Formats: sequence, structure tokens, C-alpha cells
Amino acid sequence: MTVTTGKDTQTTDTLDFVAPKADELAALLVGHSRPPRPSALSASMTFGWRAMLKIKHVPEQLFDVTAFPIMMVLMYTYLFGGALAGSVSSYIQFLLPGILVMSVVMITMYTGISVNTDIEKGVFDRFRTLPIWRPAPMVGYLLGDVVRYLIASAVMLTVGMLIGYRPDGGIVGVLLGVALLVVFSFAFSWIWTMFGLLLRSEKSVMGVSMMVIFPLTFLSNVFVDPKTMPGWLQAFVNNSPVTHLATAVRDLMAGNWPAADIAWTLGWSAVLVVVFGAVTMRLYNRK
Amino acid sequence: MTDLAIETEGLVKVFGSNRAVDGIDLRVPAGTVYGVLGPNGAGKTTAVKMLATLLRPDGGRARVFGKDVVEDADTVRGRVSLTGQYASVDEDLTGTENLVLLGRLLGHTRPAARERSAQLLAAFGLAEAADKQVKHYSGGMRRRIDIAASILNTPDLLFLDEPTTGLDPRSRNQVWDIVRAVVAQGTTVLLTTQYLDEADQLASRIAVIDHGKVIAEGTKGELKASVGSGSVHVRLRDPEQRPEAERIIVGALNATVQLDADPVALTATVDGHGTDLGAAEQAARALAELTRAGITVDNFALGQPSLDEVFLALTDRKGTTA
Repeated sequence: MTVTTGKDTQTTDTLDFVAPKADELAALLVGHSRPPRPSALSASMTFGWRAMLKIKHVPEQLFDVTAFPIMMVLMYTYLFGGALAGSVSSYIQFLLPGILVMSVVMITMYTGISVNTDIEKGVFDRFRTLPIWRPAPMVGYLLGDVVRYLIASAVMLTVGMLIGYRPDGGIVGVLLGVALLVVFSFAFSWIWTMFGLLLRSEKSVMGVSMMVIFPLTFLSNVFVDPKTMPGWLQAFVNNSPVTHLATAVRDLMAGNWPAADIAWTLGWSAVLVVVFGAVTMRLYNRK
Repeated sequence: MTDLAIETEGLVKVFGSNRAVDGIDLRVPAGTVYGVLGPNGAGKTTAVKMLATLLRPDGGRARVFGKDVVEDADTVRGRVSLTGQYASVDEDLTGTENLVLLGRLLGHTRPAARERSAQLLAAFGLAEAADKQVKHYSGGMRRRIDIAASILNTPDLLFLDEPTTGLDPRSRNQVWDIVRAVVAQGTTVLLTTQYLDEADQLASRIAVIDHGKVIAEGTKGELKASVGSGSVHVRLRDPEQRPEAERIIVGALNATVQLDADPVALTATVDGHGTDLGAAEQAARALAELTRAGITVDNFALGQPSLDEVFLALTDRKGTTA
């Protein structure tokens, strides 16, 4: 900090700072023609780069896409494996794609929390006064999150393979499954950007997220075949976007082509982007 | 005035039952520093946020270089930049990363953004801190990177919202020097401040805002003249003599006397009305009468009223400003 005495004015953190001379600043200020505005894609990618920089400076935030998914795979495989499928190795074939879907969809909720904590900071005022494509900061968050979803998927697939998961679809099937999961998660995250802008505190975002995410992910076919469920629950489960996604990912990784479930998943993704993307941008512009 | 950088008519912003900005009319000439002066909560920041397209006005109109801030928000955004009350940079990123990020968002190529960032950091004395996260910067350094970010593309209009709040005097002077240099290049600056000396130092015209309304507007000279032609500052040796001194000065100057927080100090406004004597002659007569009454005067000064006095007179707030 600045400690200045009469004699020794150089012992400050600003010791080497001499306010810019008028001519020096003039050189900085003039003769710099303004470049054309960046495209929507370029601005979004730049915000995605910002998300990467944040991961670089605070790598602890990757805990939720590394340790948490490993825990989910091990916990549910060994907890339910014997009872539900007779053995761990047969259950993992069924469970892994589902638990992958569940974990990544759960991880999406951190988007809302980062939007909520970031939006209160002064830097957002600056972003909002820039002449750029308006959704770019929000899209940038989601692009950064796509990287997190990919990390989580890689971690879970590795752990799954180690304890006996063998996808019949091979590398292509697995990659297609992950791609579909990432597309859906990107679309689903717009719900969280909306809540991130709508709610006042990080805690309330967390609370609301739990209320949405737990029923949505558990009331699906991730853990068990819905056939034993009561009729009214089957009606919900069979039409849940998470069920369509889990079925599609499971079949893709098993080497099948579940056209209907892929179509349902992409349809849901489009609806989520259109509805919650629009609400998010309305809130963002009004904030 | 030929060119107006900012023109508002009856600008209003309401938060719940609080009329934060309650019908503000401003005309800010291009190429000058315009000071918006007011206490905390007067509505300065809210007004700036509307002008910078961050908040939508609830009533009235605002134009920046002739463009409406609501209808032509995007055009306005292309010509202004804002340095907010709290650092408008990303604290988790380094100085270089912040400026390169903004450079890219303003359309520079990556090499151009890097070059510009290095130039600005060097000019603002931040070269050594370029690779440190901004959260480790001192208050003065944050301000500088903030202003550097605002002039990455030279704006036509720069909003500085309380740019020196919380800074030590040395850092404050540095910020003032930067502002002067920026204005010398033709940028219009709208400066909000609660410090009267800051407005006095930098601004050519000043609007005084209180409770969301403009209560006075004009050049510094006009504002000072509206309070009186001069003021007399007196310091006594013995605080017990102050009531008597007050009585004598009131009689001699035919003026109101303000008792300062300091128990030996008095300030009187000389308005020059009702007498054909000049302010200096009136003051000299008052000093003579104090001496004759046996009151020891340690210091006696005649000066233009300070903006502090103007401000207190206008806002009618009791304060202990020196």
C-alpha cells in the first residue's frame, strides 16, 4: 500500500507511475481508427475465452466436473447394482449412460450461480455498454460450460470403463452420445441463465435449481426401467426430456440409432433455447 | 452551444416509491468536462446509468450526440464508455487479459488487441502488474486499469462515476491528470463526484443534484457568484471570544456568519449589497473592529466562496465540511 513520507515519496506501489504526458496520451488516443464491430460468433467466442481464463485462474472450480461425477458413478453402481440387475457389471451397462446424463444435466445448474455472482460486479456494466451482439456474454458462459461438460463426460466414461462398462457402439457411438448430451445441456442451461438473472442471491439460485433438477433427473429412466412405476408417474417419466435424452445416449453408445429419441431431444433443445433464451435476454436487457 | 454531447429533458427513474432521478434537464457541451455534483444517494449514478444505456428511463428523454439512448442504444454504445463507481474490470483476470478481452470485443484482431493492451499498460504505469490478477491491485491501480479499459477505443464521451472515491491524494491527482489529458484530445467527460474540489479542479460547468433534481447549474464562477461575491474566513485565538466576534462581523459586513465545526473559526459571506464599499474594504473594516474590541485574530482571509459553501448553501444541509 501507499506509505508516503515527505522525503521518501518513491516507496509507493505507484513509484514508477508518472501520469501520462499530454503528448504521450495523445499518441495513444489519436490515430487509432475504430475497427469494425466483431461478429456475433467472434464476440461469443471471446466471452468463452474469458470463461477459460477463469478456469485457468481458479482451477478448483473444476471439482464439480471431476470429483462429483466419479462419486456419482461409483455410488450408484455399487449401491443399486446387485439389487437391481443382479451384479455390478451388468448394471453398469445400463446405468453409465444414464448417470452420465444425470450428472451433466445436474452440473448445468452452476451456470446460474456464476451468472448471478458475476452480474452484480462492475464488469458487467462495461459489457452491457459495449456495442456487441447482446446475447454474447450469456452464450460465452455456455460455451465455457460446454468444456466443463466434456471434461465431466470424459472422466465418467473413463471411470465406467475401469469398472466394466463396454459400449458396443464404439468410439463413434460414444462420441455421438456425448455430442447429443452437450447439445441438450447447452440448451437446458438457458433455464439457469434466466434464474441467475431473475433471483437476487446465489443461495436462492441454488435452492431453485435443486427444486428443478432433482425431480427432473430422478423421475426418469436413468436408474430403472419405468415399467414398474404407477401409471401417472410413467406418463411423466416417459415424456420427460431427460428420459428421451438418456434413452438416446444409451442407445447411441450401445451402437443403435434411436431416431425418435434423438428427434425428441433435439426438439426439446430447440424449445428450451427459444423460450428460455428469449426470457434470459429480456431480463438481461432490463437488468 | 453548437454541439451538445448530452441533452436530457425531464429524465425520470423510479425505484419502487423512490424517485431516484426526478426530472433532470441537462445540456452538456461537447469537448468539455461537465461535473455532476451531489451527496450520496442524490441520483448521480442512476442518471449516468440511463445515459450509458444501462437503465431504461421511466420518463423524459435523453440524447447522446443527438441519438436517443433508448431507441438508438446501439449507436450510443458505439460512442461512449463508462468507468463505474466500482472497478468495471474482471477481478479474476490479469491486467493484460482484461484489456485484450475488451480489445477483442471492440473488434480488434488478437495481435492488435495485445499491442494496444501493452501500450496502455505501459502508459498507465501498470507494465509490471500486467500479469497479475486485478484483485491484487491497489485502489489507484484499479482505477487506472479501469480508465485504460475505457479509452481502449477513444470514446467521444466518457462517463466517470466517482472516479476518485476512496483513493489516496496521490492516486487522485494521477486520475485528474489522466482526465485532463483525455479531454485535451477532444473527448467529452461527464464526471460525477461528491467532492467539491474535484469538480472545481476539472469541470468547466457543474450541475448540483440533490434528491434527484438539479438544484443549480452553471459555470463554476456563476455558481460561486450566486452565493455571494466573496467570503471571509476568520480564525480566533480564543474560542470563548467567538460569539462576540460573530456579533461584530455581522454588524460590520451586514452578512450572515457561519460557525464552523472548528471552535475558533468563522466564515462570513460578503455579498456587497447595501453598501458602495468593495468586498475587500468591508473585510478590512471588520478586521479593524475586531481588533478594537480586543479580539485576537490569528488568521484572516478573504476569498471567493468555495464550492463547499456553494454546495452547503444550495443543499441546505448541515455539514462539517472545512
